[in-house]
Amino acid sequence: MKVQLRDPNQIMKLSRLGSFHQSKLSFLRSFLSEFKGWEYKKDLFYLDENGFGEAVYSFKKNKRVYSLICFANKINDEERSDRVIATKWDAAFALYDGVPTKKDIERLKNEVPKQEVGRLSYKELTLSRANKSVRVYNHVVESLSNGKQPDLKLLSNVGYLYRTTAVYGSGKFGLADRFRIKNREEINGPFRLEMMLVYLVRQFTFDQVNHVAYHKNPKKAVKLDRNICKNLGIGNSTGLGMAPFIVNHPTLLNNWILSRERALKKIREIKKVKSKDKDLFVDCIKKSLKNITSWNTDSEYQQKKISSLLIDVEKFLNFIDNDFNFEIEYPFNKIFLWLENYACDECIEYVVSIMMEPYNDIINPLVKEMSSDEEKYFNIPTYRTVEELRNIIEAKYPNILDLNFDEKENNQNFWFISKNKEEPRLADRFEEYGSELEQPLAIARDIKKLYDILLVSKNSLSIAEFLTSNSELRHVVRRVFIVEKFPYSEIQDNTIGKDLMPIDMLRLKLSFFGALKFDPRSDKWLRICMFQGAPLPNELKNYDEHWVYKTDI
Amino acid sequence: MRSLSEIETTVKRASKAAGYSWGVSEETAKSIRLLELFSLPGVKHLNEYFNEKNQNKFENLKLISEKNSSLKHPYCPIVLGVSFLDQINILENLKKIEFKNVAYPVIFLSFISRSSEIIGKKIYVKIDEKKILLNLNVNINSSFIDKEFPKLANNIEINLLENKDNFTDDEWRNLYKLSEDTFVEESDSLKEGAAGAGLTDND
Repeated sequence: MKVQLRDPNQIMKLSRLGSFHQSKLSFLRSFLSEFKGWEYKKDLFYLDENGFGEAVYSFKKNKRVYSLICFANKINDEERSDRVIATKWDAAFALYDGVPTKKDIERLKNEVPKQEVGRLSYKELTLSRANKSVRVYNHVVESLSNGKQPDLKLLSNVGYLYRTTAVYGSGKFGLADRFRIKNREEINGPFRLEMMLVYLVRQFTFDQVNHVAYHKNPKKAVKLDRNICKNLGIGNSTGLGMAPFIVNHPTLLNNWILSRERALKKIREIKKVKSKDKDLFVDCIKKSLKNITSWNTDSEYQQKKISSLLIDVEKFLNFIDNDFNFEIEYPFNKIFLWLENYACDECIEYVVSIMMEPYNDIINPLVKEMSSDEEKYFNIPTYRTVEELRNIIEAKYPNILDLNFDEKENNQNFWFISKNKEEPRLADRFEEYGSELEQPLAIARDIKKLYDILLVSKNSLSIAEFLTSNSELRHVVRRVFIVEKFPYSEIQDNTIGKDLMPIDMLRLKLSFFGALKFDPRSDKWLRICMFQGAPLPNELKNYDEHWVYKTDI
Repeated sequence: MRSLSEIETTVKRASKAAGYSWGVSEETAKSIRLLELFSLPGVKHLNEYFNEKNQNKFENLKLISEKNSSLKHPYCPIVLGVSFLDQINILENLKKIEFKNVAYPVIFLSFISRSSEIIGKKIYVKIDEKKILLNLNVNINSSFIDKEFPKLANNIEINLLENKDNFTDDEWRNLYKLSEDTFVEESDSLKEGAAGAGLTDND
């Protein structure tokens, strides 16, 4: 049986993309899988009794070494902010390519804590900073220094000791350009070095909290229980900075979504499912309920989504337990069709993610296809014709063409870069200044504009000729030829409409990172947790791949 | 040191601010990134061009022909470059193209280099008396090394080179003969079992 890939016009809607969940394809999981054979070391731990100072952690294999350099600093409570406008953080980090010398550490000590206003070099690969969750951190220090383990309920509510507020890579602030390192096999996957940084930061937070607790009360202090450590992750606060990325990297977006869609297609095409694979799938679904019930958020929007997810997953489990027989042919196809009929988007994508758990043979080759050589597809094929361009638009953007941008609500917002922090922002076109400096992120509107002009242009005109008088639409002409080859490269929705939920765009990207427990704090930013439940670095050689569904707190 | 990613992002934004469309700004950013990758003065010349653009007028050449001349104002290297890039599949048939009066030719050069990759042919460029070979966008060989690129080119001559060998038939034959020393003569029995053996080609 041949199953068709799902229709991009259904999957690339923001409401669907905003329902995606982590899976085996997610970058933090593929990072762990790639680096499980590497030697992990704590190379330097030079903190004072309050936990301020420097530390270095590394992964090494053969002659390749990646070192995380940590700088923990004292800041006042009133200086602590997760917003991008902050200028001080509890800790700052850089991932260094190789083994840093004392001179490197001294140099970076002056630059890394400054973050965006510091200068990095091609020897540094990624950069980040993080703030303590003060109430959890202080509670853990207090408990450990008194010889007790911390209150699990409090830990469960938050899920981490620190949260990062930005992770930068790929040439930002002087960091190494991606092209310098792209041929390294171990990082042949998107954001792998960003994942390494976050993962090692997590270990630093445990070591720091143990260190501070010990110095507070050397006679009585105990270490944070290993199992509690495993069940803590690293938080992250993410704002709109992430949203334009998925518009600005169409072929990369395609390769992420296409890998997911190919995985689903192949799983639906499995004729007979082995009993152990069925057991693993059902076990992961059942154990994952804990992830849903411990998913805390004050956001009404997210609470509704969680609530319908929980109802539908329970309904699905009831169906699997009572009305379904895995002995039939193509059982995952039947399951998928059932989900499409009876479950919400959130639940469909949740179960699709879990379907991948038993199938390393399907997933591992797809992980290798999730990067993109974007330069290859940049040039516009200007020898082609207006007729061809119009035909592609009609075939690939049918729903976009139905939008009427003369209606105010379809044209409500504009994306701009803030002068203060050089970060993307969204504003109401009719209430705020600056729409004349709009970023080219209103793809649907510009595609529609292009289409309207094409309708009155001569069919046989070459694109080169068309562009001589339509230069202002060049950026979308390029996109149309990209979407022709890459069906999942375009969000099939209006990114400037009144009803836009920007967090859907963030959530899509974060789900591919492997984030859990999306906690929207408004429609424009959210908190998440990464690596919660993941093995600790010294357990990597032999760990349970399905750890995501087995958290204890 | 600025990374190429920083250069690309900043050039894109600056080009938009200088009045170009987003699509053209993207092209300019790729081109300046390329020049900097090849250690050519892209950022420097773009900066000077944008400063000059505020005070002086430049000609926008949108449709390129065999001989192109702007008597009054120099050609804008960005519009010229984008036009060249877009029309390269037609220009390929011309073999030789001439331009008179081009501002900041190094910027134009980056677009020609990218065009060389599109048509899969080397392009030979003469900027006044200086010679440059653009090699499928893999590198730029020029006699400008250690010399300043001019801010204005009086004459630019572009020759689209046909793909041909850089060596003589004799040189190739000698090398090939030497390579044959790695081959092994097959025995008759091996020949009988090789692909296609025992069949007629008309079956």
